[in-house]
Amino acid sequence: MEEQIKILVKLVPLFPLIGFLLNGILNRKLPEKTVGFIGSFTIFCSFVLSAWAFILLIQLPEHARSLQSSWFDWVVSGSFSSAFSFLYDPLAAVMMLVVTGVGFLIHVYSVGYMHGDGGVGRYFSYLNLFVFAMLTLVMGDNLLLLYLGWEGVGLCSYLLIGFWFHKDSASNAGNKAFIVNRVGDFGFALGVMLLFWTFAAAGHPTISLMEIAHLSPEILAGGGIVTLITLLLFLGATGKSAQIPLYVWLPDAMEGPTPVSALIHAATMVTAGVYMICRLSALFVLAPVTMLVVAIIGAVTALYAATIGLVQNDIKRVLAYSTISQLGYMFLACGVGAFASGIFHLMTHAFFKALLFMCAGSVMHALAGELDMQKMGGLKKYMPYTFVTMFIGTLAISGVPLLSGFFSKDEILYNAFTSQYGHPLLWVIGLIAAILTAFYMFRLLFLTFYGKSRIDPEVEKHVHESPASMTVPLMILAFLAIVGGYIGLPHALGGGAWFEKFLHPVFPGGHGESAAVHHSINLEYNLMLASVIAAGIGIFVAFMFYIVNPERPKELAAKFPGVYNTLLNKYYIDEFYNAVIVQPVIAISRFFWQVTDLRGVDGFANGLAIVIGWLSSKFRVIHTGFLRNYALVFAVGVIILLGYVMFR
Amino acid sequence: MEWPILTWIVFLPLLGCLVILLLDKTWHNAIRWTALIATSVDFILTIILFCKFDGSNTDMQFVVGPFPWIESLGVTFSLGVDGIAILLVILTPFLTAIAIASTWTSITEKVKGFMISMLLLQTGMLGVFVATDLFLFYIFWEVMLIPMYFMIGIWGGGRKIYAAVKFVLFTMFGSLLMLLAIIKLYVMTSPDPLLRTTDLMTILNMKITPDLQVWLFLAFALAFAIKVPLFPFHTWLPDAHVEAPTAGSVILAGVLLKMGTYGFLRFCLPLFPDATLQFVPLISILSLIGITYGALISMVQKDVKSLVAYSSVAHLGFVMLGMFALTTQGVTGSILQMINHGIATGALFFLVGVIYERRHTRLISDFGGIAHVMPLYATIFMIVTLASIGLPGTNGFVGEFLILLGTFKANPVYAVIGTAGIVLAAVYMLWMVQRVFFGKCDKEENRKMADMNCREAFIALPIVIMIFWIGIYPKTFIDKIEPSVKKVIETVKSKALAGDEAAFEVYNSSFENAREKGKSE
Repeated sequence: MEEQIKILVKLVPLFPLIGFLLNGILNRKLPEKTVGFIGSFTIFCSFVLSAWAFILLIQLPEHARSLQSSWFDWVVSGSFSSAFSFLYDPLAAVMMLVVTGVGFLIHVYSVGYMHGDGGVGRYFSYLNLFVFAMLTLVMGDNLLLLYLGWEGVGLCSYLLIGFWFHKDSASNAGNKAFIVNRVGDFGFALGVMLLFWTFAAAGHPTISLMEIAHLSPEILAGGGIVTLITLLLFLGATGKSAQIPLYVWLPDAMEGPTPVSALIHAATMVTAGVYMICRLSALFVLAPVTMLVVAIIGAVTALYAATIGLVQNDIKRVLAYSTISQLGYMFLACGVGAFASGIFHLMTHAFFKALLFMCAGSVMHALAGELDMQKMGGLKKYMPYTFVTMFIGTLAISGVPLLSGFFSKDEILYNAFTSQYGHPLLWVIGLIAAILTAFYMFRLLFLTFYGKSRIDPEVEKHVHESPASMTVPLMILAFLAIVGGYIGLPHALGGGAWFEKFLHPVFPGGHGESAAVHHSINLEYNLMLASVIAAGIGIFVAFMFYIVNPERPKELAAKFPGVYNTLLNKYYIDEFYNAVIVQPVIAISRFFWQVTDLRGVDGFANGLAIVIGWLSSKFRVIHTGFLRNYALVFAVGVIILLGYVMFR
Repeated sequence: MEWPILTWIVFLPLLGCLVILLLDKTWHNAIRWTALIATSVDFILTIILFCKFDGSNTDMQFVVGPFPWIESLGVTFSLGVDGIAILLVILTPFLTAIAIASTWTSITEKVKGFMISMLLLQTGMLGVFVATDLFLFYIFWEVMLIPMYFMIGIWGGGRKIYAAVKFVLFTMFGSLLMLLAIIKLYVMTSPDPLLRTTDLMTILNMKITPDLQVWLFLAFALAFAIKVPLFPFHTWLPDAHVEAPTAGSVILAGVLLKMGTYGFLRFCLPLFPDATLQFVPLISILSLIGITYGALISMVQKDVKSLVAYSSVAHLGFVMLGMFALTTQGVTGSILQMINHGIATGALFFLVGVIYERRHTRLISDFGGIAHVMPLYATIFMIVTLASIGLPGTNGFVGEFLILLGTFKANPVYAVIGTAGIVLAAVYMLWMVQRVFFGKCDKEENRKMADMNCREAFIALPIVIMIFWIGIYPKTFIDKIEPSVKKVIETVKSKALAGDEAAFEVYNSSFENAREKGKSE
């Protein structure tokens, strides 16, 4: 059975690669329907194989659930070696199911959404390439292969954000995403190198994930070097997963087609940082300082991004800030050692956030691409399916009990409070962010679907519900957004925390979750109650502001213009980075070019040439070409010589 | 006697020259085809060479000679190839063939002269990589200067004379000092003038005092540093690259620059190990300046070609950084990166030539949105760009990663700065791509541009294949070079060890010791 799993696992990433090559090479020659079919079907195959492998995996005894399968060697030099080989264990299994499952639904949705766009072939080939890269990321059994996937998804993100490259805003956003991520990768790459040489110095030159997990406690324990390694790696995570200080690319990334935002910038790629930390949890738990940093960055990002989300009018940007905020929760979970909770939230978030983005896409589809919520409203009656599914998604993300988001978010907050790495303050920040989340999400829902229509009358005539290829994936995701949480139902609510148990072998034992056992069940209920109240407050305020008294927000904005404008302009961080980093670098570069290089370095070389030329021009005066001058000089020379000889 | 394949590889282009001389100067196509066939056959020979090359053997292989050449001076004709040179030997005809094919429609005047220069150049470059006699090496080194001078001076752009003269003066300046150093080494081989020789093997076995090594190292290093080019000897390069015709730039960036880096590895390191260790900080710091400074200047260029030219300064900085890390990964990566830069930057110059031929401008601001009208071109340009910025899966990543990994072991601080250079590479390349390809295609002249034709696509194909081959399965190449790399490092260390215990201790970082310990356990 193990051999069978290995073969299945090796095949999973091949299908998207084939789809990419087919659509990429033939894209102009294939009809749109074929392109969409190839794109979706290859992902479906991967999903089926992932599910099959998963079913086989759970039949194995717990300790045997870690399998390696290899294609061929990649970079091998000296003691360093890496290969195209995969690690299949519960964590990889969950990630693969999420990537291919949600990925497949989004591919299907894209068939409807991208209908009629001239670049469908290019679109699906990029999307398939993305799934391939993402699978490589979550399946790679060594850090270099993980890095290949990491950069690969970054590339696809760049290409897909800038998909409509005739728009300057789109290509700018693509560049920004790539470059900001590169700053993160700078840390990642250095972290990998430091890790490798540290292990090599201890006699184990390896970057294999399994060996790292196995050997870290022995090699790295107690050293300051592990803090440095993990902080460098975490810098990479803040880039890819859009955390402070490198989150700035994600809101701009909304320039891409909406299904891309759903797949890449909500459900999968942006969670890569969380995955990476969980994958290297054995390393991170050895560095309490890093854990604290991760938890604080996560919690602060969760709150910070939520505040910006409060006042944005662009429907996708609200969701983008919401994604940043939710990713913050996942990092908070990792930081307090609750890795399984982080992955749990990653999964439920993939369901409801993909759903929300796709609903937003459905709305845009109906409104001829309108993004401004000020020009929406009252859509409930036109788009019943979209409305109902979006309502479910909103409930889930807001943490309303019995939906998936409630269970996963609550687990994170609980762990933030009780874990040995946790702190009540982290819990408070998370709770406030939860209130804000419920508020901005219901604000979005109310502005879009409720109240009077503010739609352009011209556009309103054509408003329609989206085709089945779009609504069916919405319904499936809505279903998952409801029930997805029950696989992780905590003991306190009569569940078995099965999800956590399944993942347990991957994470270092004795941390986080198990520490929580000491706390009373009452505390758990109380914390849960607090979460419920938080969601309730947010929803209630949103209801008062946007249904009962729609003038109220404007009054508030007028009353506190400073706060309002700061939030609306996202704390002016983009402007700050531009002034402090971008412009100075360009100015320095110009100086280097025009002054240092052309005048300085080259000026010296040319100056040398000029000096020599000038000297020559002086000396050439002597070389007149007249024989009589030479004869004169000759004669004078002879006289001097003679004189010297005679009178010395 | 075994068939002297190396002699054939080196002189086959010259044979092509002779054939072209017989052709009438108006028979343009016959001349072009002759040149292309000569180069292609040469390329096939190098592939055979590569396949037959034994990677595990670190000695010179396919040795020709040594035959006495100028007997009174002890100069021999001797050729040989080892793991350090093998890839460069293949790269040379590979890029020359690409360069010749790229001139089909762009060089329409004085075709005969151009092709003769091209083939002469090829012989010169190949000779440099396989000569195992210092004097012979010097001859080849200087031989390639002349055709390049003509190429820039005759077929070049606006400031071609200035650029050509600058190129020659810079290079000559360095190589004259190198000649002096070669003569010094020659004199040292024997007290008896009749027994002196310039054979590399003999000279390698000589003991040179560390003090003298410093001077000789500097004399060689100056010639090579100008060629590489290392900061601050790089200013000939933007001028030469920008003014040279497309084919000239491809060869210049693709192969000529590698003669400098190759020279360091072939001569400076094994001949002057003590001096090498002494100069590690200086060369590394100059490389790092090149990496960051070149990247920053690239970023603000207005002309695509000068952007690519300055980017070469940065890329070659990586090559030098890895080499002077003196670790297996660093030097292996360094050699791989020589090839990668040849492929990627050669390809970039070729691609710039494609649009230059259509629009007769290279200013970034004259373009914009051309991905709409030239999708195939845009795709290929994007792939090459990704290789250039070292995206995993492409060749550039393997080279850069090994270089940085190797450097990290030798000196983490250097590695940190070098890694920062990778961020900058993404900035200048992607920004340029954005301004050239994306946005609206709103200029009338641009809208009329035709996509790449079959010939151009056919030229790009082998480039794309190599980008992914080295990127995904570098083992083919690493296996052939690594043993030789280890030997060079061993040579440097053991010779230096014999000369100076202390220097070796300083160099030999704790990592190495620890790793050996780990292995023995």
